[in-house]
Amino acid sequence: MVLLQRPHILLLLIDTHQFLQCWIAFGSANEEGQQQEEFSEELLVKPLPDHKLLAHFHFQSSAPPSTSNGCHHHLFPKAISQLVQKFRVKEMELSFTQGRWNYESWGGFDPISSSNAKPPGVELWAVFDVPQHHIDASWKNLTHTLSGLFCASINFLESTATYSTPEWSFPPASGNVRYGTLPCEAVCTENLTPWLKLLPCRDKAAIALLLDRPSLYRGFYHSQRLHLTSTESSSEGIDSGIILEQTLTVVLQPNSERAIEVHASEKHVQPSWSLSSIFGKQVSGRCVLAKSSSVYLLLDRGLVAELKFPNKENGKSAANGLTSENFWSNPSFELSVNPDRIFLEESSSHSKSLSILYMFQVEKYSESEPFDIGLMWKVPVAWLCQQTPLHASRFFMGSGNERGAIAISLKSTQFTEGFMSANSKDGSCELRVDVFQVVPWYVKVYFHSLRVFVDQQPRAVSDFIEKIHVSPSKDKMSPGVMEVVLKLPCRVNTAALTIEFDKGFLRIDEYPPDANQGFDIPSAIISFPNFHASMVFLEDDSLNRSPLLSKFQEKCPVMSYTEVLLVPLTTPDFSMPYNVITIKCTVFALYFGSLLNVLQRRVAEEERFLKAKAAKKTGRLPLLLSKLSAKLRGRRREPLHSPPSSSSFINSKLVLKVILVAGLAVGWQYFFS
Amino acid sequence: MAETKEKSLSDEKPKPRVRPIVRLGIFLISHSFLVSIVCCTAGVLALFLLPVLAKNTYISENALMPGSASPMLSNQHVSDGNRLVKDLTNPNSKSSETGIESHKIIAQYMLDLGAEVSFHKFHPQMNQFHPLHFFSSPVSGKIQENYSCSSYGINTVGIIRAPRGDGKEAIVLVTPYNALKSGFGEALSLGIAYSVFSLLTQVTWLAKDIIWLVADSQYGEYAAVAAWLREYQTPKFSSLSTPNAEMCPDVNNLFELKGHSISGSKFSNSFRRAGTMAAALVLKVRDQNEQFEDTISIYAEASNGQMPNLDLINVVNYLAVHRQGLRVNVEKLWPLLNSSWLKSLGEIFESLAKVAKSLYPKWKFGIPATEYVEGTATLASSLYYQALGVPTGPHGAFRDYQVDAITLEISPKFSLDKVWRNDILLRGGRLIEGVIRSVNNLLEKFHQSFFLYLLTSPSKFVSVGVYMIAFALLIAPLPMVAASLYVDANSSSNCSKGDSSTPSAITDTDEHGIAIRSWSPTTSFMIWVLLSILSLLTLNSVLASPLACAKATQEKEWALVKSVTISSVFIGLGLMSVINFATAEIGALLMVPMCLLARPLKLDVRAGTLRSFCRLICNLVLGHIAFPPAAFFLLKGMLDGFGNANVGDFWMWVESLWAWNSATYLFIGMVQLPCWVLCVSILFHTC
Repeated sequence: MVLLQRPHILLLLIDTHQFLQCWIAFGSANEEGQQQEEFSEELLVKPLPDHKLLAHFHFQSSAPPSTSNGCHHHLFPKAISQLVQKFRVKEMELSFTQGRWNYESWGGFDPISSSNAKPPGVELWAVFDVPQHHIDASWKNLTHTLSGLFCASINFLESTATYSTPEWSFPPASGNVRYGTLPCEAVCTENLTPWLKLLPCRDKAAIALLLDRPSLYRGFYHSQRLHLTSTESSSEGIDSGIILEQTLTVVLQPNSERAIEVHASEKHVQPSWSLSSIFGKQVSGRCVLAKSSSVYLLLDRGLVAELKFPNKENGKSAANGLTSENFWSNPSFELSVNPDRIFLEESSSHSKSLSILYMFQVEKYSESEPFDIGLMWKVPVAWLCQQTPLHASRFFMGSGNERGAIAISLKSTQFTEGFMSANSKDGSCELRVDVFQVVPWYVKVYFHSLRVFVDQQPRAVSDFIEKIHVSPSKDKMSPGVMEVVLKLPCRVNTAALTIEFDKGFLRIDEYPPDANQGFDIPSAIISFPNFHASMVFLEDDSLNRSPLLSKFQEKCPVMSYTEVLLVPLTTPDFSMPYNVITIKCTVFALYFGSLLNVLQRRVAEEERFLKAKAAKKTGRLPLLLSKLSAKLRGRRREPLHSPPSSSSFINSKLVLKVILVAGLAVGWQYFFS
Repeated sequence: MAETKEKSLSDEKPKPRVRPIVRLGIFLISHSFLVSIVCCTAGVLALFLLPVLAKNTYISENALMPGSASPMLSNQHVSDGNRLVKDLTNPNSKSSETGIESHKIIAQYMLDLGAEVSFHKFHPQMNQFHPLHFFSSPVSGKIQENYSCSSYGINTVGIIRAPRGDGKEAIVLVTPYNALKSGFGEALSLGIAYSVFSLLTQVTWLAKDIIWLVADSQYGEYAAVAAWLREYQTPKFSSLSTPNAEMCPDVNNLFELKGHSISGSKFSNSFRRAGTMAAALVLKVRDQNEQFEDTISIYAEASNGQMPNLDLINVVNYLAVHRQGLRVNVEKLWPLLNSSWLKSLGEIFESLAKVAKSLYPKWKFGIPATEYVEGTATLASSLYYQALGVPTGPHGAFRDYQVDAITLEISPKFSLDKVWRNDILLRGGRLIEGVIRSVNNLLEKFHQSFFLYLLTSPSKFVSVGVYMIAFALLIAPLPMVAASLYVDANSSSNCSKGDSSTPSAITDTDEHGIAIRSWSPTTSFMIWVLLSILSLLTLNSVLASPLACAKATQEKEWALVKSVTISSVFIGLGLMSVINFATAEIGALLMVPMCLLARPLKLDVRAGTLRSFCRLICNLVLGHIAFPPAAFFLLKGMLDGFGNANVGDFWMWVESLWAWNSATYLFIGMVQLPCWVLCVSILFHTC
């Protein structure tokens, strides 16, 4: 008994100890109090060229990197901090996405698209701060925790066949990264609600109030992302500062009824919109817990170039007259609310024109006077978003259930030609492209069959591939991973990578219920490390705290995801087990029946019996009886040889009689019915 | 089996128990004559019973839900479609020689809807025969060497991306269009497709991308679609081998169209793709019309008798009949409809069914005689087109890539009326919309319903489990007869070896004339016949002589040859039934009676009885019918009248089989002709 009780006592001791620690820590936080937990909310709205509108919600909570908080927080979601502490997560990103990001018309070169355009379904990667051999265990626990937290089947990422370990191509380059995707995960409100629960004001106040479910999910693209970084992680592990960044990116169609557009000229006018018309709600009041809550309107570089602001001609001098009215009293559009501030982008090497950011502060508005901005277009405008240097698309080649090939084709967008030449050093300009591709094990990729085509010419692989890392798949154990660094000449028009594969077979219990749909191959990640998508806005110190803008300033490499592919595998006939069982039973029955038959048999005795039977020619009835008994015993009457003529005669007579009677009966039935 | 039988014969008295299955085999072999007669009659009868046994079609896949949503295609879309038809039939657009103008118009219309548009240039491709590529995709063959800048076609492709879809799957809508000499029907089909397309750019329920392919049919509808599919599925990244079409000035001209457009980014010269194709619909509108009501014809047969999933046909049939009030029509052998013997057969079946029903009210298998005749005509055409192995439309190209596809051909009632045109646009459009919506609902690819079936009417089918019985009955007696012949021949004399080498040597000689291509069909056919006979005779005289020494075996030699013939026919038919069932079925109908009846004419003449005389006549008739050209002419004569039958037709027919890569060609060359030769050699055997 004593021995049994001891662990309980121990646990109790530990518990009280931890509690005390926490309590002490909390107390000390109160004493210090110099670094507070912070929460800020922002919304960025950006018109897109194809008559759509991008809304980017950005919520950021941070817990200070000190011992001050312990396990208690004012604002920071406890679930997340516990998760970080428990699994020693250094950095993690989880995204739920529905729809595809249209890289061609929505751009791929700005910070929003390169960090918020995600592949359909769920994508999760995490960096752990634990020894190598613990990482997989931590990952498994993390997937289960997140699965419970966000009501999604993230726990399917636990099996080693679904996640991979990128070596160096994945941006947070480190050996402790684990990366997994679920391309066919359906995303819906049940994932959004727990995500909103992490916000201090939930969706009850200020900007989060706009998150009206029907209008969100009516959009063309919807990606909800959760990114957390623990800034500092000391050896104790408990006291690390965490920054939690929650973003929701939606692409919406401002006015749904397109039937109004009758005249061809009106067709090209961008639709006018207001926040209330898109989301069906208005921003009323502010979240009192938020440090700042503001709404931004971003006009793209391409759009600004088209709009021709009156002071555009003045060039740089315009930046000085920032506050001048002429930015929103533009002849081509009209804003319903005067912006509080206007930011001009600092000159960038990538483009000649600069983007403009209008800022609106929500704090000024109250419930009686809700905040609602609107944009009215007066003249038709057309512009193009800045695209990635190369447009990537991926597709299958071949047909049939046996083999095929995956092709990744890269096409120059010719948008970035100008600055590519600027980047070139003494004529030998090179464009670096990183390709990261994970394939499930049942698509057995032959890495030796990798072929490179540049400008429609087959080239030697070694000419263009600078670095390659391959980890072949193991059946039912791990997926195949391919990481390639391509060095292409800047003037390249098209490039293509092809790699062949065989389709594998799964065991019958490994098929999902909808096996005939096909199997998904997750998106490949194409990144351009030489190019950085960043927007630096001219700012004063007060702006320094806006997390969204500081996020824009970070230099992150331009990244794009390719399409998810659907590979049809051979599926068995799922009624097959039944057939197999039936056939097996038949075979067994036959086998055992004949075996028993053979074992039972006494040859000598049978012969004696036959002889005896032949000796005494019995009468008609006993013969028939014996025949009947022989039949009952499973023997077959030999119809060919030595049939006694009398019996056959009688037999045929009998048959005739039976047929006659039956025919009579049928005739009778027929005529008298 | 034969050995056991011998043993059983040798020690008769204390009869040891032989295993029942062996005994059954011996019984059947010894009664092979009766068995073969019963089986063959039953097989032919079962074939004629198939229309009676046909079941009603039903939609097997629940996810399809055809007609559960009310159609959204409104008059607005119809007037959009009408606008396109007017622009295309406008004489101004036809001024250009190459028809590029109309392609530009179509592309501009697609762009205005917000779709992604691209042009696909292709060169018509030479056909090549690949003997063993029955169901795999065609190898991207060689492009004609002597092409010129003018000989290329342009497919216009528009793609709508599903707003919230993940782009993994796509539905293809194909409208063949010849810009050079387009009839009004083709323009109308484009109008229907455009009205559907304009609707689909606005709807929110799309889960799969929509590809609209305007296939340039100036080199044939099939060639254009096949070229596009080849580029879609097996693109070539290297341009070394292919001639560079960009050099041609016309093409560059074509790509200049979009500069002014607002959605300029949506147009690209490069080939555009969507995901895996879930299904494809080919839409055509026929120009001439003599039907009494609006009819829609479904063509489904692809190469080598492959059929799309029955669910696709069911959905079209259901929506056309129950929603849009169109009459659905499947190809029929029209001459059969008027044949009196078929009608009387139908009446017999009908009266039999009546009797059966009066005996026991639950037996309801009868169908009216007219329905029976129609069902038989449809079944015969279904069987014929599957056996031919040549696709009946551009949809055949899709089946080579395991995509379910059908061709819908709308034949409107009367024409040249604005109201009427709107009506056909609306109904055709709603039908297409409904089918696309159903396919869009699919979560998995088509797999629930049948792939192996014969249609007896648009809403009735015979599944593989039923129609196989007829074939199985037909070929079942073959091994038994072969075994019994062998046993009989063997029991009398044991020294016959190597007799099979002679006939099999003959089989090699049948395919001589095929390579000759420059003469007219008639002369080349004649040359082929002459060559074959010549080589046959030489080989026979050279190789068959050594056997003449064995005088003792001479009497029974024909029986051994017959046994070999029958077994080779059995093997050939069995193999063919796996590749193309319909071919095997028709082949069995022709060959099985001949093989079973074959007997040296000399013997029958010598016997001189009535029975042998009958057999003689039967043998002569069957020996003529089973010769493939003779069978072809007979069928053609029966269907079209003997007046316009031409000797060259058969040559053309075989050449088309060759060009379309049909397995039937191999069957005729490697099974039917050799076996016919063997049978003829049995008939003229000197014994």
